[in-house]
Amino acid sequence: MKLTGSEILIECLRAEGVKTIFALPGGVVLKIFDMLHQQKDIEVVLTRHEQGAGHMAEGYAKATGKAGVCLVTSGPGMTNVITALADAYMDSVPLVCISGQVSTSLIGNDAFQEADNIGLSRPCTKYNFLVKDVNDLATTIKEAFYIATTGRPGPVLVDIPKDVSMAKAEFTYPSSVAIRGYNPTYEGNKWQIKQAAEAIMKAKKPILYVGGGVVFSQAAKELLELAEMTQIPVDMTLMGLGAFPGEHPLSMGMMGMHGTYCANMAVHYSDLVIAVGARFDDRVTGKVSEFCPFAKVIHIDIDPTSIRKNIHVDIPIVGDCKAVLRELNQILRATVNGNQKDLRKPWWDQIRDWQQAHPLAYQQDADGAIKPQHVVRRLYELTKDRDPIVATDVGQHQMWTAQYFKLARPNRWLTSGGLGTMGFGLPAAMGAQAAFRDRLVLCVAGDGSIQMNMQEMATAVVSKLPVKVIILNNRFHGMVRQWQDLFYEGRYASSYLETTPDFVKLAEAYGAVGLRANKVGDLDAVLKEAVGIEKPVIVDVPTYPFENCYPMIPAGGCNHEMILEDPPELKQRMAGAPSTGSDESKDTILTA
Amino acid sequence: MEHIISVTVENKFGVLSRVAGLFSGRGFNIESLSVAPTLDPSMSQMTIVTSGDERIVEQIVKQLNKLIDVIKVVDLNESDFVSRETALIKVHTKAEDRAEALRIADIFRANVIDSTPSTYTIEVTGDPKKLEAIINLLQPLGIKELIRTGRVAIAREAIRPAVSQPKKLVRE
Repeated sequence: MKLTGSEILIECLRAEGVKTIFALPGGVVLKIFDMLHQQKDIEVVLTRHEQGAGHMAEGYAKATGKAGVCLVTSGPGMTNVITALADAYMDSVPLVCISGQVSTSLIGNDAFQEADNIGLSRPCTKYNFLVKDVNDLATTIKEAFYIATTGRPGPVLVDIPKDVSMAKAEFTYPSSVAIRGYNPTYEGNKWQIKQAAEAIMKAKKPILYVGGGVVFSQAAKELLELAEMTQIPVDMTLMGLGAFPGEHPLSMGMMGMHGTYCANMAVHYSDLVIAVGARFDDRVTGKVSEFCPFAKVIHIDIDPTSIRKNIHVDIPIVGDCKAVLRELNQILRATVNGNQKDLRKPWWDQIRDWQQAHPLAYQQDADGAIKPQHVVRRLYELTKDRDPIVATDVGQHQMWTAQYFKLARPNRWLTSGGLGTMGFGLPAAMGAQAAFRDRLVLCVAGDGSIQMNMQEMATAVVSKLPVKVIILNNRFHGMVRQWQDLFYEGRYASSYLETTPDFVKLAEAYGAVGLRANKVGDLDAVLKEAVGIEKPVIVDVPTYPFENCYPMIPAGGCNHEMILEDPPELKQRMAGAPSTGSDESKDTILTA
Repeated sequence: MEHIISVTVENKFGVLSRVAGLFSGRGFNIESLSVAPTLDPSMSQMTIVTSGDERIVEQIVKQLNKLIDVIKVVDLNESDFVSRETALIKVHTKAEDRAEALRIADIFRANVIDSTPSTYTIEVTGDPKKLEAIINLLQPLGIKELIRTGRVAIAREAIRPAVSQPKKLVRE
């Protein structure tokens, strides 16, 4: 029997096991939406903006490990979703984006709502397809899912012209895919893995540097085995959080620009860096020429281009993290002898010294302004037993959440790393909530970034996605303000946001619940109340506006040269600073 | 250092822009690029002349390999190769210069492929140095138009030893 392109698309999504898609209709995709409307297997979450649809699909993918799917219309629908595609490309998130296109006869004629979707998305997708013939549709969708989820995952766009969605063809879903130019390497080279094992056995001061690749290849178990067996400390990148239990004694926490003191010192002074599923991003390496100057480097990654892109690698291993670590563990199990704890004692003594010298710290006065770190820490302590999924936006609050929310398992951490997309948090949290309706999903946001996709609160209410948004409200683009205080003599150019909007009223206007914690004493009660409510909640927490996020490696600085607290001249300047960012203190703030 | 990279790609629309976009997006140089279908019409062969230090060229090769429409990438500089480029040169020729133009063409084994009372169009093939040389000689006569194909290159076939030797074990 012949089916229309729209029906074929839905059959393909069914065959791929897609249960939820995030979508916003428009002229050229009406036929597809009409067909989606007449079926029950696939839930359509109607978003309020295509960027939201893209980030929701990302949140869904990061929480489930499966491809997220979004559906947008041509022209502005496509241009709106670009940010999410670029975000997914940077962070290797498996995503299939279906975009509508004007009819094939009109392509290139500057038709209404026409855009060159292929050209627009080419630099920010792993691959993209324009389907010109309905007979190619099923194969294309199969290939799209295959490319998105295999190798180093990434976003794939399928552009479907209106006439293709309406034309009919015989439907058969291909059972396998063969693309001659695309054959990711999963098994690492055995000889190289043996070299790595030998280097690990010889190393006196080794460190594991793990990234998002461990999460996507589901290698957390193998990583834990490797670390425990060899007693090697574990540094995590921002994307790697959750790959290793944050409270584990071997965990150093996050490394990089706002990483912990011990994580950065350990990587700087180590003699062997074992990078697993990470890409030596500049936010991790700092000054690249002086990154881990005393170390040999082992780099395990499925993407050959990641290897030797930024730094020299001594033992490159191209392969899937899980497969390589399994192989490596097997060799090590047979060779590890003696008590690794004793063997590594000098190294661990040094690390414990670093840990004790500068642990993560902040000063919370009982009757003072609420410190943002305190909010995150209390949120963590109050909710950790419920194994929550945590999303963040981008900025100071993101770094504090990365520092203080010690995730125990992978796929609980939704954050925008590579692209640093403000407005990511709320929709990403909703995407995860759509996948796991019964789980607790939190979103820690800033008052600046939450407003970049605030409109999705309407989606959360209507689609019953009861995410809990905690806004660390410092009335600033806080990270911008921090840089201005440190490097621009405190001139707050376009970083002060004043005290608008009233997020409690805004939540209520959307039909969600709005709560506020004004004093430190109220915080626990308000947070507890919020996570007990079965509707979407916004918790507005006015925080001390001039808190800075430390440790900090200045851009281009070395990893062992961290700023650990406000420099003296800044302390002096801030002595008379108001403790709130309220409107009354506006003049003081702007003339500071 | 200059590198010539031979890239086998799917012969379908959009592939050239993917390759060109990769070079512009990552700030790699393209000195010339030529492309045409292979014996198998489903594939095309590109010859890209680029430059960069060892690390950049390694990245170029890896990034090209990562493109899904790219089937094979060979950095020809890793072995011996031959390369050729063709130029079509339209030269102004006053009556007294016509013999000189023909003489120059003859020296370089170039062909005159079109001629009018006031111009010759000369076709010349060779390596870039040869092309530079003929252009230099023709310039005083007045070059009206010049068009170059960009280089194409192919690896030299290894000469097999007469007596077969045991193969060395090669590690990847």
